[in-house]
Amino acid sequence: MTINPELQGRSYPAGAVYTVGREKIREFARAVKATHPSHYDVDAARDLGHRDLVAPPTFAIIVAQLADAQLISDPEAGIDFSRVVHADQRFIHHRAIVAGDELVAELHVDTVRAMGGGAMITTRAEISTTDGEKTATTTSSLLVRGEEQ
Amino acid sequence: MGIAIADLSVGQEIGSATVEVTRQDLVKYAGASGDFNPIHWNADFAQGVGLPGVIAHGMFTMGAAVQLVTDWVGDPTAVVDYQTRFTKPVIVEDTTAEGTPGAVIEVAGKIGAIDLDNSTVRVDLTVLSTGLKVLVKAQAVVHIW
Repeated sequence: MTINPELQGRSYPAGAVYTVGREKIREFARAVKATHPSHYDVDAARDLGHRDLVAPPTFAIIVAQLADAQLISDPEAGIDFSRVVHADQRFIHHRAIVAGDELVAELHVDTVRAMGGGAMITTRAEISTTDGEKTATTTSSLLVRGEEQ
Repeated sequence: MGIAIADLSVGQEIGSATVEVTRQDLVKYAGASGDFNPIHWNADFAQGVGLPGVIAHGMFTMGAAVQLVTDWVGDPTAVVDYQTRFTKPVIVEDTTAEGTPGAVIEVAGKIGAIDLDNSTVRVDLTVLSTGLKVLVKAQAVVHIW
């Protein structure tokens, strides 16, 4: 399997809407051992000026990886998921993600670089609400290992 | 929150934390995040793809490490930018029968930069497991109100 070099510059339009649920925020917060009350208690979140429960700083990975799945499952991309290693990750928050948000992610393939027999692919998900308010930009570099790596 | 940017200096330590990890934690993270790659819960599969054993999701480690920053600043939404590179895997032993941690992650943070114009501070995290750096260039930019 080889990575299609023409992937660079490709975009995938926003797919299904992701609705941020209170219980998902609580579940994710417990899973990353986040203890701040604003992840669990609506009143604590409101005391900090938020409309509802606040997502932990890396929660947007859920939405980003759903967007990445569009690329990984694209037969034209030539990516073998079992050979994908997460190389780096960045989250830029334009505003806090809170329960009740309806999010969509537009995926951009920023770079594709051959490395050994594999490739390093950098994707960027522009996450916004369905009303068009920018919430987060996530950048992921995925190393797709070659057959001999 | 009580942090005044004027009182901070580059190089200042913000504290440290220890995160104990079990296989159950990885199963919980898989469910919470939707990342069900078997390298995070099946030893045979992990070894079959050349790993020494079951490894933690890089995103688990990244997500758990930032708690130190949240505790320091007092508001998780103050973290406006957070990035890392994943260098070494965190190998999580199966200690289900013993009830002891399968891995331990050590997190420490210090102030790497101060931006008075934007009222932000960059916290540089050192994240180790078995003495090895598992995250590199782990940096959280925090807004100080």
